[in-house]
Amino acid sequence: MTKTLAQHPDLADRFNRDENRVDWHDQTLWWVRQKRDRAAHTLETDWEALRQAASDIKDNVLANLADYLEQFERAAQANGAIVHWATDAAEHNRIVLGLLQSVGATRMIKSKSMLTEECDLNDFLAQNGIEVIDTDLGERIIQLAEEGPSHIVMPCIHKKKEEISDLFHEHLGTEAGNADPQYLTEAARGHLRDKFLTRKAALTGVNFAIAETGEFVVCTNEGNADMGAHLADIHIACMGMEKIIPQRAHLGVFLRLLARSATGQPITTYSSHFRRPAAGKALHIVIVDNGRSRQLGREEFRNSLKCIRCGACMNTCPVYRRSGGHSYHNAVGGPIGAILAPNLDMHQFADLPYASTLCGSCSNVCPVKINIHEQLYLWRQELTRSGHATQGKKAAMGLAAWVLSNPRIYRLAGKMGRWAMRNLPFSINNRFNPWYKQRELPAPPKASFREWYLKNRVK
Amino acid sequence: MKVGLFIPCYVDQFYPQVGIATLELLEKLGCEVGFPLQQTCCGQPMANSGFSHLSSGCDENFVQNFRDFDYIVGPSGSCVLHIKEHLHSQAAPAEADQMRLRVYELCEFLIDVLKVATLSARFPQRVGLHQSCHGQRGLFLSSMSERMEPGFSKPGQLLGMVQDLDLVELTRGDECCGFGGTFSVMEEAVSVKMGKDRLADHLKNQVEVITGADMSCLMHLEGILRRQNSPVKIKHIAEILNAN
Amino acid sequence: MSSRAEILAAVRKNQPSSPAPLPDTQKFWHEVDDVYAQFNIILSGIGGKVLEIKNWEAGQEYLKEHFNGRIVSTLEGFEPLPESDPHALADVELCVLQAQFAVAENGAIWITNSALRQRAAAFIPQHLAVLLKKSDIVPTMHHAYARIGSADYDFGVFIAGPSKTADIEQSLVLGAHGPRTMTVLVLNE
Ligand code: SF4
Repeated sequence: MTKTLAQHPDLADRFNRDENRVDWHDQTLWWVRQKRDRAAHTLETDWEALRQAASDIKDNVLANLADYLEQFERAAQANGAIVHWATDAAEHNRIVLGLLQSVGATRMIKSKSMLTEECDLNDFLAQNGIEVIDTDLGERIIQLAEEGPSHIVMPCIHKKKEEISDLFHEHLGTEAGNADPQYLTEAARGHLRDKFLTRKAALTGVNFAIAETGEFVVCTNEGNADMGAHLADIHIACMGMEKIIPQRAHLGVFLRLLARSATGQPITTYSSHFRRPAAGKALHIVIVDNGRSRQLGREEFRNSLKCIRCGACMNTCPVYRRSGGHSYHNAVGGPIGAILAPNLDMHQFADLPYASTLCGSCSNVCPVKINIHEQLYLWRQELTRSGHATQGKKAAMGLAAWVLSNPRIYRLAGKMGRWAMRNLPFSINNRFNPWYKQRELPAPPKASFREWYLKNRVK
Repeated sequence: MKVGLFIPCYVDQFYPQVGIATLELLEKLGCEVGFPLQQTCCGQPMANSGFSHLSSGCDENFVQNFRDFDYIVGPSGSCVLHIKEHLHSQAAPAEADQMRLRVYELCEFLIDVLKVATLSARFPQRVGLHQSCHGQRGLFLSSMSERMEPGFSKPGQLLGMVQDLDLVELTRGDECCGFGGTFSVMEEAVSVKMGKDRLADHLKNQVEVITGADMSCLMHLEGILRRQNSPVKIKHIAEILNAN
Repeated sequence: MSSRAEILAAVRKNQPSSPAPLPDTQKFWHEVDDVYAQFNIILSGIGGKVLEIKNWEAGQEYLKEHFNGRIVSTLEGFEPLPESDPHALADVELCVLQAQFAVAENGAIWITNSALRQRAAAFIPQHLAVLLKKSDIVPTMHHAYARIGSADYDFGVFIAGPSKTADIEQSLVLGAHGPRTMTVLVLNE
């Protein structure tokens, strides 16, 4: 997707110009959050303990990641897969291109992989003459619309069915004005079935990679990963290196949590375990770092690597629901995006840790118990420490701190026309009084509490 | 029992009546309450903006003001949570650590420490309770809709003791109001939209008064209500619990 | 230094040294009174069809009555599922397979390459039918993985209902790319 320089507040402001649409977006995602709640309730008391178990397993993974990666590689190679390593997005993209070229493929189908979004693989392959067709329905829709995903599980959740109808009318020749989801899905089914049957190369993501067995698991509802992989001659599976889990049995924990957290389903329709290539076919696994080892070294932020990309933190986030996924100007948006992105580029994503009220709902839904809202707070400190706060903000904060740590100055300031009225620390940004745009400030009382107290209680 | 009354800066400046209600309520319940006169702010505005290193002045000042009390009680979940999580002192580190354990938000102090079971208050209105996130998810004042846990609400329990008060059930019982400190101005559009949506939930349920344990969220909601010329009133929970 | 060596060195340097023991998952092993009833409710709830049959003949009869067109199967009574090129399955209306076992808590059946014969067989047909023995239903995914154990498959899949999508405004549509329906014939032996 194209990276923009606009910041979250501006993009969110733009999104909010159409209030009906914001309401629709909010309600659609809240409905998914409610489905998640109901699904979690079916496991009752086990739910919280399962989250803890998942978190513990991931802690173990992070503490032993190098060994597990080597173990996974050995097992995968013994299974007949070919393992590649990429330090960054560019190397990942080059490896995929090289594999396609080695089999003479100029067309590839791809199932959902947030990693390839992170690496901008589609653009890179297009520049190198490879046609990529995304096969997840939501991804295909945004691909036709030439947009990036706005959600990691529901990539086109920002699109209304009428817009999808128009797109399909233009690109797939569906009836103008027919926006029935059943009809549109059927059209996509026909369109993509033809691609599945004619493409020789397929790329999928990886949900879990098992160190013990060298197999990996891909979860979809549509069956597109399987349709692609089983019909192609070469299957390329791309994984961030944190996707490792130690043992097959641990899938019991993660598969119970993943779909319930993501969409409220008891499990995704397909949980496919790829262990060996089918006879006569090739299986490649690309293990990608792209900043993950750096994040692993950040003690306060390494837990973000536990993420299983369920999207629950987005669905529950009251800010995400009202600002839209694109306002995060990163492949991964929402609360998890806001703690992952600054690791990739502190300058570009310095706004994201502030796109939160720190309400904490994200941490509560996260199936692997990432302390997301605490990390948002910690990223704010880190960004200031590393020089990513603006001069104006620094000056305002310095002034606020000086006033607030000197009782007499504070009182003087308060008295002088309720100093705080105009300069309270929450109006430190340089805009012209954004508070007043749609809100009143409290009517200033004649006396502060302290003044009342001195008058009425101190003899 | 000596209770130090912690009145956060914006309550001191804008909402003296909340400080008065808190003081009177605690006294009614038999506490010996002192109000240290040199207190200012918990330091949260700086810390939440990424400048936690600038809050040490506030921290030292807080420690000096509140060292002589058995308990420190404030009518603002967010400020109390900040102290609980982040109070540090160079001058008296052990004392600050100790102090973090003695600071309470008003509702949790009434329920957990004073073990209040009855109140003499009367408030004959239809009331909506705003669960402020820092109080709820940070201080565990109430159970959280995200978690699979038995339901409870300390503010709800207290409001239940008020005669003739009609507490309404909201559609989204614990969604954030969008205040978020600096968020309220830096992310003005989303902040206000969140506030409007929260209010719509209360209004849909025909509340006459919106209350809560955190005046900062209520200030934001009140700001929107007043701009909309709504007749709905905002009252801090201390004012209701102290009403008669 | 190779990328591999570089990555592993960076990970070794940065990974925490805490012991972080693996958790015990035994506490999640709850038994269920009637696994079949739960399986039935859950799978029906996610768009699958569950049917009890007396014997395989009755199952065949049911399928022949309800599905027209090309039917392939690894079981007797139908055109044998071809082992060759998966593209040759493109026109299959119904594929009938035998599940290894099923999971009550989520309505999923488990099947591996040996019972699939052809990996695409579970995905490419318009409809999928699965034969399941009633005694082969386990309560939870923990039981499921215990049952799988260290089984040496090339490919295995949990399938829970028909292929589906809700990508358009969260409206559920059955039959995204794979089978439009999934029928599980439960054999009470
Ligand atoms: S951070 Fe947690 S809730 Fe958010 S996508 Fe990752 S696993 Fe899901």
